[in-house]
Amino acid sequence: MPVKDLQGKQIWQRNTGRESISHWIIWLIGVAIFAYCWQKISNSTTWFFVWDAPRIADDIWTRATPPRWEYITQLGEPIWDTLNIATLGTIFSLILAVPIAFLAAHNTTPSRFFIRPIALLIIVSSRSINSLIWALLLIAIIGPGVFAGVIAIAIRSIGFCAKLLYEAIEEIDQTQVEAITATGASRWQVMAYGIVPQILPAFAGIAVFRWDINIRESTVLGLVGAGGIGLQLSSSLNVLAWPQVSLILLVILVAVIISEWVSAKVRGAII
Amino acid sequence: MSEINSFISKPWSKPSFIKRPWLRWTLIIFFLTYLLAAYATIDVNWSRVYEGLERGKKFVLAFTNPDFTTRSSDIYEGMFESIIMTITSSVVGIAISIPIALGAARNIAPLPVYLICRSIIAISRALQEIIVAILLVAIFGFGPLAGFLTLSFATIGFLSKLLAEDIESMDKVQAEAIEASGAKWMQWINYGVQPQVMPRLIGLSIYRLDINFRESAILGLVGAGGIGATLNTAFDRYEYDTAAAILLIIIMIVMALEYMSGVIRARVQ
Repeated sequence: MPVKDLQGKQIWQRNTGRESISHWIIWLIGVAIFAYCWQKISNSTTWFFVWDAPRIADDIWTRATPPRWEYITQLGEPIWDTLNIATLGTIFSLILAVPIAFLAAHNTTPSRFFIRPIALLIIVSSRSINSLIWALLLIAIIGPGVFAGVIAIAIRSIGFCAKLLYEAIEEIDQTQVEAITATGASRWQVMAYGIVPQILPAFAGIAVFRWDINIRESTVLGLVGAGGIGLQLSSSLNVLAWPQVSLILLVILVAVIISEWVSAKVRGAII
Repeated sequence: MSEINSFISKPWSKPSFIKRPWLRWTLIIFFLTYLLAAYATIDVNWSRVYEGLERGKKFVLAFTNPDFTTRSSDIYEGMFESIIMTITSSVVGIAISIPIALGAARNIAPLPVYLICRSIIAISRALQEIIVAILLVAIFGFGPLAGFLTLSFATIGFLSKLLAEDIESMDKVQAEAIEASGAKWMQWINYGVQPQVMPRLIGLSIYRLDINFRESAILGLVGAGGIGATLNTAFDRYEYDTAAAILLIIIMIVMALEYMSGVIRARVQ
């Protein structure tokens, strides 16, 4: 226990002398990095606009309220598109994620040194690039529309679903697999009767969880032209129709809350 | 016993995942009708998709031959701005979210504070980064400041919620021992609560740093600074080799961050 001797009095301290010096140095470096970064941001900011911000915010608020309620009749179809993008995207991604997860889990992969790294690379690349970027790319390739949104969501979700699923596969109870193998089952039968029943609850949970996230993401995909309610949002923003923007934001908020509620209910029922 | 007899000499069939048959069949039928309806409303222009495959092939080939040099100064500037936004917003977001997390833990905060902090968290979680970014760009003008504010705001919702859950599930005995020694409130937090949640806080902070970097890559699409603007321009000009280079850099940095967070989390836990 580090104890400091101060004029004959023993005082307890949390760290030894060396520890507190090294903490101090780490903090100093951290603060220096932060100050440097802040300097950079500050240099590329027009501070006049920032000081003006409260007035602008107030201005936008007065323009945006009250929302244009009658516009809601035109939002039915975009919301349906958004739901479709999220749901179909999730289904496609699950279809692709299941084989990848089996290839990536170290107890089911056919080759630990060759196939597993490839599967892990697919997972990382799909996870590290946002669905909006995938949507941008797909719009350049297959043209704007709902289909590009579905594929973008699907590609983005593969990594997430496969990662959670392969972790679930690695955590299965091996004795059940051994029991099935002992009956003389083939490799596929072992998979169907020994592994799949054990990961099915996790699978359903992951599917609903990702669906919830995808609803959120698909509401903004339209900003780059990939269909859904984001299209209406970006066109309203472009003509500065703030009452419509506020209504769309409200609709998105309600959609997000409903999807979160549904996913919480379903996961509660499964687990 | 009769239950066993009813099973004997019948072939075994796999039990279904959803046990109640009526629920199972309603769900299946509902799902199939939904799929049909969804398929009917998506009109896919297959000839356009087929045309696009050629461009898709070009893009995939661009990954084998990424162009880091032609736009190297744009890429460098955008990346640098993204990283700066990530660091500052993580620091500020974490600094703000610690007091909010303390307020949102029911075993520490009184009810009014708890409700206020929980509603801050709920608002921050319900609004998406990109939508917040649009509003902040409209208010504060173009540039990394809007991105920084967006990411800080998003960090608060994420970190406070998870940290508050960790504080709520902490070991009461240690905190009580500190309290019994006559500690003041600050000392109680510092010696009774903080050491218990520190590993989780460090892990979550690094995870959030990772997320903030990924998000900072798209904020440029709406003018909030970062690599997104460069990427968008590259796609608009069909410069797939530059776009591939940017995507490869993003993937590499994310992989490095993920590896680093694994090492650090293994050390603190």
